[in-house]
Amino acid sequence: MSTENAMLEEFSQREYEHGFVTDIEADSIPAGLSEEVVRLISEKKGEPQWLLDWRLKAYRHWLTLEEPQWHNVNYSPIDYQAAVYYSAPKKKPQLASLDEVDPVLLETYEKLGIPLEEQKVLANVAVDAVFDSVSIVTTFRETLEKHGVIFCPFSEAVHDHPELVKKYLGTVVPHSDNFFASLNSAVFSDGSFCYIPKGVRCPMELSTYFRINAQNTGQFERTLIVAEEGSYVSYLEGCTAPKRDENQLHAAVVELVALDDAQIKYSTVQNWYPGDSEGKGGIYNFVTKRGACRGENSKISWTQVETGSAITWKYPSVILQGDNSVGEFYSVAVTANHQQADTGTKMIHIGKNTKSTIISKGISAGVGQNSYRGEVKVMKNATNARNFSQCDSMLIGDRCGAHTFPYIEVRNTTGKVEHEASTSKVGEDQIYYLRQRGLSTEDAVNMIVNGFCKEVYDVLPMEFAVEARKLLNVSLEGSVG
Amino acid sequence: MLEIKNLHARSEDTEILRGINLSVAAGEVHAIMGPNGSGKSTLAHVLAGREDYEITEGEVTYDGKDLLDMEIEERAAEGVFLAYQYPVEISGVSNKYFLKAAINSIHKYRDEPVISRKDFVALLKEKLELLGMDKSMMDRSVNEGFSGGEKKRNEILQMAMLEPKLAVLDETDSGLDIDALKIVSEGVNALRSPERAIIVVTHYQRLLEYIVPDKVHVLAGGKIVRSGDKSLALELEDKGYSFLQSGAETVAAG
Repeated sequence: MSTENAMLEEFSQREYEHGFVTDIEADSIPAGLSEEVVRLISEKKGEPQWLLDWRLKAYRHWLTLEEPQWHNVNYSPIDYQAAVYYSAPKKKPQLASLDEVDPVLLETYEKLGIPLEEQKVLANVAVDAVFDSVSIVTTFRETLEKHGVIFCPFSEAVHDHPELVKKYLGTVVPHSDNFFASLNSAVFSDGSFCYIPKGVRCPMELSTYFRINAQNTGQFERTLIVAEEGSYVSYLEGCTAPKRDENQLHAAVVELVALDDAQIKYSTVQNWYPGDSEGKGGIYNFVTKRGACRGENSKISWTQVETGSAITWKYPSVILQGDNSVGEFYSVAVTANHQQADTGTKMIHIGKNTKSTIISKGISAGVGQNSYRGEVKVMKNATNARNFSQCDSMLIGDRCGAHTFPYIEVRNTTGKVEHEASTSKVGEDQIYYLRQRGLSTEDAVNMIVNGFCKEVYDVLPMEFAVEARKLLNVSLEGSVG
Repeated sequence: MLEIKNLHARSEDTEILRGINLSVAAGEVHAIMGPNGSGKSTLAHVLAGREDYEITEGEVTYDGKDLLDMEIEERAAEGVFLAYQYPVEISGVSNKYFLKAAINSIHKYRDEPVISRKDFVALLKEKLELLGMDKSMMDRSVNEGFSGGEKKRNEILQMAMLEPKLAVLDETDSGLDIDALKIVSEGVNALRSPERAIIVVTHYQRLLEYIVPDKVHVLAGGKIVRSGDKSLALELEDKGYSFLQSGAETVAAG
């Protein structure tokens, strides 16, 4: 192995910044999954009967399902009876204000760089902080209420806005959608709910920050965003977890609904604990994210920067139902050390003149395996549907892998689908060139990798782009040269 | 400024440099000529520190320091610049950002403060004008989609921005038409100074009509076989390199 390669190998080693554990008393239920557990969760949340029925339906369906095997990731079988399906910090609370939040929790978020006191918060970002199974605080609620925007923990929405939840829950990702989505539907504990009324442009970025803290606990949150006619919202999602030797399961569901002329921009920076350099520990991230462009001229954009998790399995998709609707997917996925990612998107063109764009950037280092899996479907009535896909992979070192699995199905002759793919190595030539101009090897690789991801960063909200850049540098950091 | 003594270098099993001796003083321009495969580019890259070569013998002193002991980026920060024959493309990184990062890395090494936005813009404007380059090129990705001439000009721009003490130009004339050659040469000439040494590596005499060297060396078989003033370049143009092969033996024997 050349010295350059050896350096790149080292380079892909990394330290996880957010690996601390918060010492807080938790109200957890015993490990294991059964109908009783589903009932218990529902009871703890004081849910109405219809929701319990929905959960049970999902649970019973889940029992009939097999864990999917088609993905390009390997892991030892998950023992679903070993996980804890509900854990909440004790003393939880109907919080009237931030003063009532346990200071230990505030400190935790402060440490993560997410101050929750409104005066300290990033300008113009409202945050819903979800800690293990519950939401602990949502900032800027009053400001949002003035505009008629509802942004609150999911469990609260169930009580305060049952008609909305009932109308949309499971309409994009049904309870029977897939193994992990059904599991989530049965046991989901919290998440964010967001509703933008007709004609309202949400005055600030909405964001949910997920933190897994408790041991052996799965996190199953559910997010539902509804954008009424002519409204606009930009939503950000971030996540971290402590370093632990065992793998932890995260199976979330996100549903987006955009009505006529509405726009939803959903951005994720995913930084769950990826496991150590030997591949021990880390989060199993099995997530179902889907948006429905129900209305005409509606638009949904997914942007994701995936740097964490031992395994990432997610395909944020768009169902382009309304005529002239637009779906977008921009993704950067990094797999270093022993991380594996099988991620991509589905764009289902149903309406006329629907358009979709897919830009995927996969970066593999160490012995990481990175797969892009995407499906573009043009249905019979989708006259003049257009898709453009571009999937680029970058390899750092010579022990990692990049794979691309595009599926294209066109049932309307006017459809136009384009797919471009490329694979490149972070070239020794490039590193040598940049070093000759005075940059360290580490700075050189960061520059090359960030340049490679530029198209995706360009569509991230500004604060997030800065964060993503930093995160990517940290992810790939480590004693080069 | 630069003292090369009995330098031997190999790539895998092939010995490419077989005992180079060369001394370049500040303020001088030296041309290194030679047929293909004579080791010209290898010499340029060994000075820059490319890791594909193994130095088996000899020493290189630069500014009183052991050059071979330094990392690539250390050499750059100490003022060694190589203009590449084949400049590398970096996607998604703008020229401007790259230049600023390079200047600041070098400043950091030298414990100098980062360059202010204002100073950077002013410096860039001055150098762009010197090389007749359009500022729109600064927003394009480094060398990506550049024509051969644009790439070479971009190398000279980097050199002008980084203000090295020792600049090595590796076949900067290759792939340039006569107009581009003139502009690039003017740029290089504008950078000639009593504090700076320049080594021009070239296959053809043509470039040396525009960048007039103080000394010309002919490299063949990994050794300098002749040295002289600029008239040596003309002699080569006239007779070709073939006569040197026999000449090499004469030198070796003598």
